[in-house]
Amino acid sequence: MSTSTAVLSHPQIQRSSSHSATIYWKEAKYEFLKNLRLRVYTVSVITFPLMFYVLFGLVLNARETVGGTAVPTYLIATYGTFGVMGASLFGTASGLASDRGLGWLQVKRASPMPPFAYFVAKVTLSMTFSAVVVALLLVLGFSFGGVRMPVAEAAKLLGTLVVGSLPFSAMGLAIGYFAGPNSAPAAINLIYLPLSFCSGLWVPYMFLPKLVRQIALALPPYHLSQLALGIVGAGRHEPASTHWQVLVAFTLICLGIARIGFQRDQGKLYG
Amino acid sequence: MQTTIATLSTRSDAHAANFAPVVASLEGVSKSYGDIQALRNVNFSVHAGQVVALLGPNGAGKTTAVKLFLGLIQPDSGKARVFNGDPVNPANRMRAGAMLQVGKVPETLRVREHIDLFSSYYPAPMPLEEVLAAAGLEKLRDRKFGDLSGGQRQRTLFALAICGNPDLLFLDEPTVGLDVEARRSLWEGIRQLVDRGRTVVLTTHYLEEADALADRIAVINRGTIIAEGTPAEIKSQTSGKRIRCVTEVSLATVLQIPGVSAAKQDREALEIHAVEAEPVVRALLALDPKLSELEITTAGLEEAFLALTQADSNDRNN
Repeated sequence: MSTSTAVLSHPQIQRSSSHSATIYWKEAKYEFLKNLRLRVYTVSVITFPLMFYVLFGLVLNARETVGGTAVPTYLIATYGTFGVMGASLFGTASGLASDRGLGWLQVKRASPMPPFAYFVAKVTLSMTFSAVVVALLLVLGFSFGGVRMPVAEAAKLLGTLVVGSLPFSAMGLAIGYFAGPNSAPAAINLIYLPLSFCSGLWVPYMFLPKLVRQIALALPPYHLSQLALGIVGAGRHEPASTHWQVLVAFTLICLGIARIGFQRDQGKLYG
Repeated sequence: MQTTIATLSTRSDAHAANFAPVVASLEGVSKSYGDIQALRNVNFSVHAGQVVALLGPNGAGKTTAVKLFLGLIQPDSGKARVFNGDPVNPANRMRAGAMLQVGKVPETLRVREHIDLFSSYYPAPMPLEEVLAAAGLEKLRDRKFGDLSGGQRQRTLFALAICGNPDLLFLDEPTVGLDVEARRSLWEGIRQLVDRGRTVVLTTHYLEEADALADRIAVINRGTIIAEGTPAEIKSQTSGKRIRCVTEVSLATVLQIPGVSAAKQDREALEIHAVEAEPVVRALLALDPKLSELEITTAGLEEAFLALTQADSNDRNN
């Protein structure tokens, strides 16, 4: 190929849709593999919710009920929400903060990678791991906790929680744009753990102190957990549409914040 | 010696290449980060088929220039152009490859997986085997990035830069921190690419590296290009001598001696930089027969830059 002859011509290279699909697929596949091999990620995201569930749902309180619902069933919904939140926040924020802060994102930005593919991969990863956590909780509950529900109901619970990963992925992107590469995991925990407690994911809502119960109403994990509890016939039976509205609004706010970060990076010193 | 012969043969085309079309250029570009002015009104162009080195000390503005070419940052004034267009244009990005300085690359992906992903971004990538061979990574294809040595990591980043079969390649400090052997092996990879007629812009703070690879060198210091030419031309301008001696001759007088490009008091001695040592020493001895502790050393690159910048400001004053 002679450089001097063709070098200034302008081939309008348009990617075919199958080529674009390949890029999105590979980006998501390698994002998944990268995190699957990262023990920090898999252990904290999958092991912790399962461990808590086994301890508090199967070993300690298996025969108790919360407002008429057996504990093992109730806790699938709340630890499911907890697991989804962890998978989504760690799946987006820590990787993004490190890629941004340590120059890797710049290498990708200099390449012809479609920028959207990068974010889609992170969100897909979060949803995949969310699905894995919830599915494993269901398997544990069915096998050892005497949990019984129709398959359709279990599928609805799984589907709702996986979709519920989106607000927290959006939140993770916002955090990833404003946290440093080393401080991101700490920042996530600082948000993740108190939010989980205050939303009634560890201790059922009705056992929380009054002040915390009032705070919970403003917290997105509370609304996702109430949607999940509603499916298994527990929770506070508020209208589902209210919960969805809160989650959608929260997602949009987080995406707006992430967008500010994205645009700031375009003209930054070492973004 | 072999390297010299190889570079001489590519250099013979250097002048012809000046008539080749411009594939990348900075046109009156200035860029500041807060109070720090990284580039000042820089004009610089790269012709097709050339290997151009931006040579300068740390903080000179080399990386800023590369980031402007890649559209990662925007100039405060002036224009960065690639293939006669905006570097941000995806069609232009598909024809360029870049090796940047990175703090952390995902460590759990294998070499071939990294290459597979980056290759997928381009319309006509090189086959994996060819990329691995060009970067000398055949035996490391299944190794995770985190298990690679420094030189192997740089070679992987180089592989990612070339896997899209780009017409134009930007290499930002490709061999920084590498040992001699790793450096030479990367040079070999770069040369093979040059032989295929690719255009390369590389930044370095090693004169030796610029000399070994480039057809043309632009010396950059404090955001300004202070010299530009073939490696031979640049070397003749920078290969100065450092003279150190204890003398009663005043600093002001020393600076008047022809051939002295810089001088300063260093404790009890004077440190003088000159293009050629002999005439200056002759003049000094004539002025001060009691001159003592005379030392003459070949100036390092730091002094060479000093000499060039000094010459630069002298020119402006005259």
